[in-house]
Amino acid sequence: MRLSGRNLRCVRGGREVFSALDFSVSSGEALTVLGPNGSGKTSLLRLIAGLLVPADGAIALNGGEAELSVSEQAHYLGHRDALKPALSVLENLSFWRDFLGGEMQDARQCLAAVALDHATDLPAAYLSAGQRRRLSIARLLAVRRPVWLLDEPTSALDAAGQELFVGLMRQHLGRGGIIIAATHLPLGIEAGELRMRGPA
Amino acid sequence: MSALAALIRRDIRIALRVGGGALIGVLFFLTVTVLMPFAVGPDLALLSRLGPAILWLGALLASLLTLDRLFTADHDDGSLDLVVMSRTPLELACAAKALAHWLAAGLPLIIATPALGLLLNLDGTATLAVALTLLAGTPALTFTGMIGAALAVTLHRGGLLLAVLVLPLSIPVLIFGVAASQAAISGPLSFGTPFSILCALSLVSFVLGPFAAAASLRHGLD
Repeated sequence: MRLSGRNLRCVRGGREVFSALDFSVSSGEALTVLGPNGSGKTSLLRLIAGLLVPADGAIALNGGEAELSVSEQAHYLGHRDALKPALSVLENLSFWRDFLGGEMQDARQCLAAVALDHATDLPAAYLSAGQRRRLSIARLLAVRRPVWLLDEPTSALDAAGQELFVGLMRQHLGRGGIIIAATHLPLGIEAGELRMRGPA
Repeated sequence: MSALAALIRRDIRIALRVGGGALIGVLFFLTVTVLMPFAVGPDLALLSRLGPAILWLGALLASLLTLDRLFTADHDDGSLDLVVMSRTPLELACAAKALAHWLAAGLPLIIATPALGLLLNLDGTATLAVALTLLAGTPALTFTGMIGAALAVTLHRGGLLLAVLVLPLSIPVLIFGVAASQAAISGPLSFGTPFSILCALSLVSFVLGPFAAAASLRHGLD
């Protein structure tokens, strides 16, 4: 499987964020997107996730399921956690598992994998920032998708959480997955680098 | 299908929990209806003549009250991104959300109508007629209102704008809803004519609403 973007150009609010951007990641590989604030790291991830439309260029996933678009085969872990404060930890995760569909895992096991299994019935409103992040990461495990798009995935995680997440990313790559992560901190796994130019 | 069922279940669950919108709508409906006799005066004949219109206006405003959060809540916490990315067509997801909103916020209004009819000196038949027209008409309010709710996501803080956008769209529903109720109570028109048009309006909104809302959401992502 190979995820690639060719000659990508992104325009937001009438301003060009980046142009003539190429990247390519193969199965089992990770790519970190580096660059100063405002250089378009998040924009690039949202472009791949299909949440922004490129002004030019194309993104393709070769070797994936032909009938599905790139965004339908990707997980997006953004700044916002997509959690409902009124629902419990388990209800939040079970909802995304059922809604996203595909190859599903047991929700309780996924919570155990991110060390949140002691808080399954706690409303998400009472979670700390790090716990919220762990719950979002559990979503990546609950439904299997070959491509992970991660935006500052380790922010708010403590040392143990980061270590745990490195293990989960290794597992994902070992299964032939693809990771693209925008980050300021070292990811903790071997990864290619894509440097974004700063704002012009 | 199970994806849509999960979405409907989640939205209803959130609406029924503390801080959800389901009960707020009913309370607002109750307040508007209770205030009317104070404003109009204790003329029972006048109240029963105005009753269906008051109930319809109350239901219209109450269903608008919680509608602006239909998509903005999901947009603010990032859920909308994942819904757009998912394998479920966005049109179907929109329809599921509107259905959940109607079940949680619209249906309680209809259930409350008989009790509120008493306050407006409506007899049994009249109350039943109003409840029946609300049952046929409020889905149209939700499904057309959904278009405004989707636009409110694009235009940040569009809560007030929603009312301005949606209220004109709900005029036909209001006209035929009240006309059908009046026809059932005092005639001379037959109940069936305006009621059929009311049902037709709901059916049209089932088709147009999800497509317009999904198009607006896709266009408005940033």
